[in-house]
Amino acid sequence: MAIDRKEVEAVAHLARLSIDETQIERTTESLQGILGMIDQMQAIDTKGIEPMAHPLDAVQRLRADEVTETDQREKLQQHAPATEEGLFLVPKVIE
Amino acid sequence: MHEKTLAEQSKALAAGEISSVELTQHYLGRIETLDPQFNSYITVTGDQALEAARQADARRAAGDFNALTGIPLAHKDLFCTEGVRTSCGSKILDNFIAPYESTVTANFRDAGAIMLGKTNMDEFAMGSSNENSFYGAVKNPWDIKAIPGGSSGGSAACIAAQLAAGATGTDTGGSIRQPASMCGITGIKPTYGRVSRWGMIAYASSLDQAGPMTRTAEDAAMMLNVMAGFDPKDSTCINKEVPDYTADLDKPLDGLKIGLPKEFFAEGLDSGVEQVVRDAIREYEKLGATIKEVSLPNAALSLPAYYVIAPAEASTNLSRFDGVRFGYRCENPKNLEDLYKRSRSEGFGEEVQRRILVGTYALSSGYYDAYYRKAQQIRRLVREDFTKALSEVDVLMGPNAPTPAFDLGANTKDPVSMYLQDIYTISLNLAGLPGMSVPAGFVNGRPVGLQIIGRDFDEARLLNIGHKFQQVTDWHLQSPTGLTA
Amino acid sequence: MAWEAVIGLEIHVQLATKTKIFSGASTAFGAAPNTQACAVDLGLPGVLPVLNAEAVNMAIKFGLGIDAEINKINAFERKNYFYPDLPKGYQTTQLERPIVGAGHVDIMLDDGSSKSVRIHHAHLEEDAGKSLHEDFQGMSGIDLNRAGTPLIEIVTEPDMSNAKEAVAFAKKLHSIVTTLGICDGEMSQGSMRFDVNVSVRPKGESKLGTRTETKNLNSFRFMERAINKEIERQIDLIEDGGTVIQETRLYNGDTDEARSMRSKEEANDYRYFPCPDLLPVVIEDSLLDKLRGEMPEMPDAKKARFIRDLGLGEYDAEILSGDQTTAAYFEATAKTSGDAKLAANWVMGELSKSLNQNEIAISNSPVTAEMLGGLILRIKDNTISGKIAKQVFEALWNGEGKDADEVIEKKGLKQVTDTGAIETMIDEVLAANAQQVDNYRAAPVEKRGKMIGFFVGQCMKASKGKANPGMVNQILKKKLEG
Repeated sequence: MAIDRKEVEAVAHLARLSIDETQIERTTESLQGILGMIDQMQAIDTKGIEPMAHPLDAVQRLRADEVTETDQREKLQQHAPATEEGLFLVPKVIE
Repeated sequence: MHEKTLAEQSKALAAGEISSVELTQHYLGRIETLDPQFNSYITVTGDQALEAARQADARRAAGDFNALTGIPLAHKDLFCTEGVRTSCGSKILDNFIAPYESTVTANFRDAGAIMLGKTNMDEFAMGSSNENSFYGAVKNPWDIKAIPGGSSGGSAACIAAQLAAGATGTDTGGSIRQPASMCGITGIKPTYGRVSRWGMIAYASSLDQAGPMTRTAEDAAMMLNVMAGFDPKDSTCINKEVPDYTADLDKPLDGLKIGLPKEFFAEGLDSGVEQVVRDAIREYEKLGATIKEVSLPNAALSLPAYYVIAPAEASTNLSRFDGVRFGYRCENPKNLEDLYKRSRSEGFGEEVQRRILVGTYALSSGYYDAYYRKAQQIRRLVREDFTKALSEVDVLMGPNAPTPAFDLGANTKDPVSMYLQDIYTISLNLAGLPGMSVPAGFVNGRPVGLQIIGRDFDEARLLNIGHKFQQVTDWHLQSPTGLTA
Repeated sequence: MAWEAVIGLEIHVQLATKTKIFSGASTAFGAAPNTQACAVDLGLPGVLPVLNAEAVNMAIKFGLGIDAEINKINAFERKNYFYPDLPKGYQTTQLERPIVGAGHVDIMLDDGSSKSVRIHHAHLEEDAGKSLHEDFQGMSGIDLNRAGTPLIEIVTEPDMSNAKEAVAFAKKLHSIVTTLGICDGEMSQGSMRFDVNVSVRPKGESKLGTRTETKNLNSFRFMERAINKEIERQIDLIEDGGTVIQETRLYNGDTDEARSMRSKEEANDYRYFPCPDLLPVVIEDSLLDKLRGEMPEMPDAKKARFIRDLGLGEYDAEILSGDQTTAAYFEATAKTSGDAKLAANWVMGELSKSLNQNEIAISNSPVTAEMLGGLILRIKDNTISGKIAKQVFEALWNGEGKDADEVIEKKGLKQVTDTGAIETMIDEVLAANAQQVDNYRAAPVEKRGKMIGFFVGQCMKASKGKANPGMVNQILKKKLEG
């Protein structure tokens, strides 16, 4: 499964990364190398094997529904890139 | 004082031979003089350290103390530390002052340990050479032409250079064991779920685990006593009693059954490294252990499986770095998309972006089954291999990395050759098992460690096995030359 | 050509927990921006989620309430996309193993027949924050107070065929979640948000047409209008030779206009995968038993009981069981008055009319169930007539008395049942209308029944409505015949 330049651009967009025009070839090549190594996985038949998402066989612990967090806005926004009236500012959101 | 182990420093503090303030000042002085050549610290927190040392001395005077009260330590710069920059080795967090404290560092703080500073690391813990840091590469104190290993390269180097007696590290694919091996120190990756991940900036959530990096197994045991334990803030943290890891350090090893996975001694392993490992195993035979060859048939598949799972998890873990609420934001974004793309591309380094791309691709529509699902299936096979092998023997032993520390720049061109560094370490992370590296010798003047792998929650056993080795060898006591400040 | 519509709904229901689904921050509505968004809700580096037990309990109750299977092992996935109101760059949701499996919600149609709408599944997930589009130096403001509020997303099968059915379903669902107490039902605050999937096809065709999704409808009225509008749009489009494209649409209730959401058109690849920060949720039988024991009477059961035990008709029972507050009001009224049928008539009649006219919720009604029950008692014991009762009700509504008795007393509305007084009054009325009396007596017997109405009316008028109508009738007849 070789990845091509167009796919690299599409994946970069999904990941919201911009790849410099001059770097696309190089990036594509390095991804091809990595995916080539990854393709070793296809050598083994894994049919019927339950995928393992966590190393340990544990179950989710539940939290009591109690308010434990108080207003920390000032502290949490202290180093935010842009705020006004307690809001985080971003370029206009168009729906 | 810096030649002393953490345990010895603890005794000296208890005996009143030295104060925490003196010890802390001593280390701060060494860091200032020596670290410019190693670059093991990103941030040194001198004022806070001295203030904490004064409080620790007061606690000792008041009789309210434990073994670590007043001991200076260094923390990998991915543990959030309140009021102190937590950069994760990345430009994107260069201005990030954590507004809260990680559980690991809070545990040390509460025990009265002193934070000297935050150590250098591969950006977002992605790397095996510590060359992927926004703050520059770390140099190996044994040979400054060599890499220290990664991603906890700063922590490993600062212990080797005796710029702290203990440091925290994290291990997602070998990031404690491999740099420990390459810097001639002791490091243990606990069982997944043993140490809380709260406040530890995630690389790959189902693989990340924090552990101590020290000169001796005894020191590691003392640190792990403070690090390990249940944390209600981490859903994946296991609620299981924490033993006193120093209690059984001296237990005899008679009858210990050691397994040698034949796949760890196959082609690709440097003959010098193999010699060091085999010599170490012979020491264990002298200590009463028996040796058996075992097999981990799917070990080779760990590498591709890991390089799907870790980047996949990372690709989404790192989506929150978007320039909106914290961290780096590009100048004058034209629109929302521009804000995202430029903030992220300017803020993340090359390897981080590469792994985000790989992970995004592996999860994307049409590829999920062939990559992500397949990798998770292999993950189960890898774990089953270990379960079977560890039912035949008590522990497994082998190398941490195929070669000793290589020269800076030697593997930066081809990512896959760099990834191969992790071949003996990543399978443990996939399986969740604990693993440890202890110094076992040198190849061409560069240290090599022995990897010891245990069953789930067998940390005490690993530390015991490491400690007994260190009672009959002195590799861990050797230090690089030219470290006098 | 005859067309039919196929409608399916996706409903986001905010659960009435005290805290977020994965953090201990409050979910209270209306706080200042970002004052209820903690480090976890903001997706700061290094934070981790821990699941709220109450959110799980509420989702299970919903499942039990719609007769659905509960998936005893369920799990969370990450749905990845970038948006400023989504702090982590992914929404934690359930895809492969949702907590609630297939179930059904039964609705009553206009013709009195009932229809079962199948629920495909319902899953737990976290809500996003809000983008505020007022101008901040040409930028948008992001408030993350809502981020992390627990939701269940309910997905129906495409079982509805017109806007009325969809609205009936939505109302029924509203009644279920409020009865269960798992949602406050405040639609204007976004507590329940409906996405409607609409497609059309020629009547009789079995293949589904291309559907569109209209998002975030938060009132029944808007929902009905938006669906009708979309059905019409699609039919017009096809009849004009066009084709419907699959798209997300936005309906503006204020302008009654809908448009395509261009920003959502871009093909999304959400890259779902199991959330590595959360473990599988295992639901023990003991928890299921405990929650079963806590289940309130559901609207359908209530309706059946109203019919069986209180003798209400199907229609009345349906209406009165639909909303929990209304049902409770009705039951209290029925209990006080001892007459369920009269209570039903009054709740659905006079009370409902006044509430609607004044846009007041039944929970804030100035006439309490006890007051209304007391009023009905006075009708039953002939203290007042039904007509006078309306006056008393109005007085109670306007706060002119603490109960019916006080109003009746104060206004002197007590019914006149004194035979002598009524006879005197009738004599006066007959004397004043001699011509009509002659006409009556001259008319054939079969026509007299109608003609007597005139005299009754005059008498009631003369008594200002207070004369007992039965007695007036009886005495009148006697005198006229006599």
